[in-house]
Amino acid sequence: MKATLKIRRGASWQSWEVPFEQGQTVLDGLRWIRVHRDPSLAIRFSCINANACKECMIQVDGETVYACTTRLAEGEMSLEPLPNKKLIKDLVTEIAPPDERLQ
Amino acid sequence: MLQADVLIVGSGAAGMYAALAAARAGAQALLVDRSLIGRGGATVMAQMTVAVAVGEEEPDHWQHHLADTLKAGRGLCDPALSQLLCEEGPACIREMDEWGIGWARRDGHLAQVHAPGHDRKRCVYVDFLNTGPAVSKTLRARVQRIAAIRRVGDLVVTDLALRDGVCVGAHAVHVSSGDTVPIAAKATILATGGLTRLYARNSASINMGGDGYALALRAGAELTDMEFVQFFPIGHLAPRLVGMDPIMWDPFRYKLGGRLLNSERKEFLAEDGRYVASRDVATYGILKEVAAGRGSPHGGAWLSFQHCGEAALREAFGPVIKRLAANGIDLTRQPIEVAPIAHYHMGGVRVDADMQTGVPQLFAAGEAVGGANGANRLSGNAITEAFTFGRRAGERAAALAAKTAMPSLKPRTWVSSNGRKSNPAAEIVSLQKLMNEHVGPLRTQSGLEHALEKIRALEPMCAELPAPRAGLDAEWMDLHDLRNMRLVAECVTRAALERTESRGAHQREDFPETNDAWQRHRTFRL
Repeated sequence: MKATLKIRRGASWQSWEVPFEQGQTVLDGLRWIRVHRDPSLAIRFSCINANACKECMIQVDGETVYACTTRLAEGEMSLEPLPNKKLIKDLVTEIAPPDERLQ
Repeated sequence: MLQADVLIVGSGAAGMYAALAAARAGAQALLVDRSLIGRGGATVMAQMTVAVAVGEEEPDHWQHHLADTLKAGRGLCDPALSQLLCEEGPACIREMDEWGIGWARRDGHLAQVHAPGHDRKRCVYVDFLNTGPAVSKTLRARVQRIAAIRRVGDLVVTDLALRDGVCVGAHAVHVSSGDTVPIAAKATILATGGLTRLYARNSASINMGGDGYALALRAGAELTDMEFVQFFPIGHLAPRLVGMDPIMWDPFRYKLGGRLLNSERKEFLAEDGRYVASRDVATYGILKEVAAGRGSPHGGAWLSFQHCGEAALREAFGPVIKRLAANGIDLTRQPIEVAPIAHYHMGGVRVDADMQTGVPQLFAAGEAVGGANGANRLSGNAITEAFTFGRRAGERAAALAAKTAMPSLKPRTWVSSNGRKSNPAAEIVSLQKLMNEHVGPLRTQSGLEHALEKIRALEPMCAELPAPRAGLDAEWMDLHDLRNMRLVAECVTRAALERTESRGAHQREDFPETNDAWQRHRTFRL
């Protein structure tokens, strides 16, 4: 099966076709892109699959979700950074509490 | 430029406990993490239990816990470190209780379960599958309240700062801006966890690539027992689960036993529906069944709770039943597949009982430390180790800082860019496959030699780091990780090659027996 991940990168969008098996997640797809297509793609995650760290929150098709628990689906999925947080790069936003930042 | 009396690198349980102890001893502490504070690392992933001789379920003494720990360690524990873990564990567990962690209780006392390798019911936990998240949350809330602890996330330490062989802080990069940040410190504690990310199948967070080992080694500290990587035997394999840690089956085996079956649906570990085989024995047993053609379809073993009945399953699994159903799993109707998964590292930075490394003013704590668990760790000892070692390191580092002047530090320089010809994210995946295949639970001379050659061939592309590009440079971060992972992988592989025997988590197919002459430690220093 194949999904197309259309990813917001600053002012523009970039799309990649991602192969997947039933049950795999959006985070699996993003990691696949970094390994096979473009290592410069910035995403934030820590625990990979356990939904324990809560770091991989993004918007998929306009809905705020965790990339690690959202399943890939055939067809196109639109991925964007959180709209109400300061953008750092690609899908990464500033989500640390203000008193835990460098500045 | 940042500065602190005590710099703590890593914000899992060991790092946060160290920060609390250092602040309590009067130090200004700086707690840094390469991602968010108190959310990454191994701690938040720990879904199971914490071993501690509080004796609430049945009479116990820390010396009984120590005896079990030493026995599990197959003759390679550092007794002083093991004793610290067992003796001071109860005080830390009670302190966590006062801070509101919510240990599970039964009839008014702490509930304790019997985990494999322990001689009695010794392991406390937080229901359901919530021990690690509860530990992280409790410590995070505590750390946030203490004014003497400054917390800075998204700060990755690239190298320790040295002057005349003394650790005077660290050189860091602010991940989201790419800025170079020197950190001057009177004492530094490495609490960066282990190395399980070196393996394709692991239960680790993304930041468990052995950073602390690489930092310590490059600073001149000694590493010990690097060949001992614990594989957790029943890591989830199939069907695909999301939103759950792959080690999640462990607490349910404590409660219900469960049956580990081969393709002929026969138990092969003589457990008879109980959960008693130690981790090294179970890992070896599963892989031998697979090798004999009796594995499950995806190359592991079946784990079945079908005989337990729906009522018992509902009581033991609580809300987890619903999460399993969302993944299409009904345990009353089907077994699931499990297989060994890299879970913990017994080896690490060599320290004394004050957590002091061989480099002045440099300490280590938690899984980053080697020696407390010898060749095989007992279930439940990792979080206890994080608490007790973190607390000890924080206290000792603060005491040292109180009589040390603040060092000055110059910003680091970078090598010129190597042009970045290959994709470091892809190289990391290749390294993980290589380690899993040849430096995993079953090892041979030819496999280890093959791995060592490949690992050494990676060195030119990641021996030194170029400066990151401005802004979040994800590719540079991978190169940083590859640099550390490669160095640490070489240590593990060389130690595994040299240890021509089998002991605990280190199993050599070509040397299956334990050899008394090898009851000694293999150490590394650059």
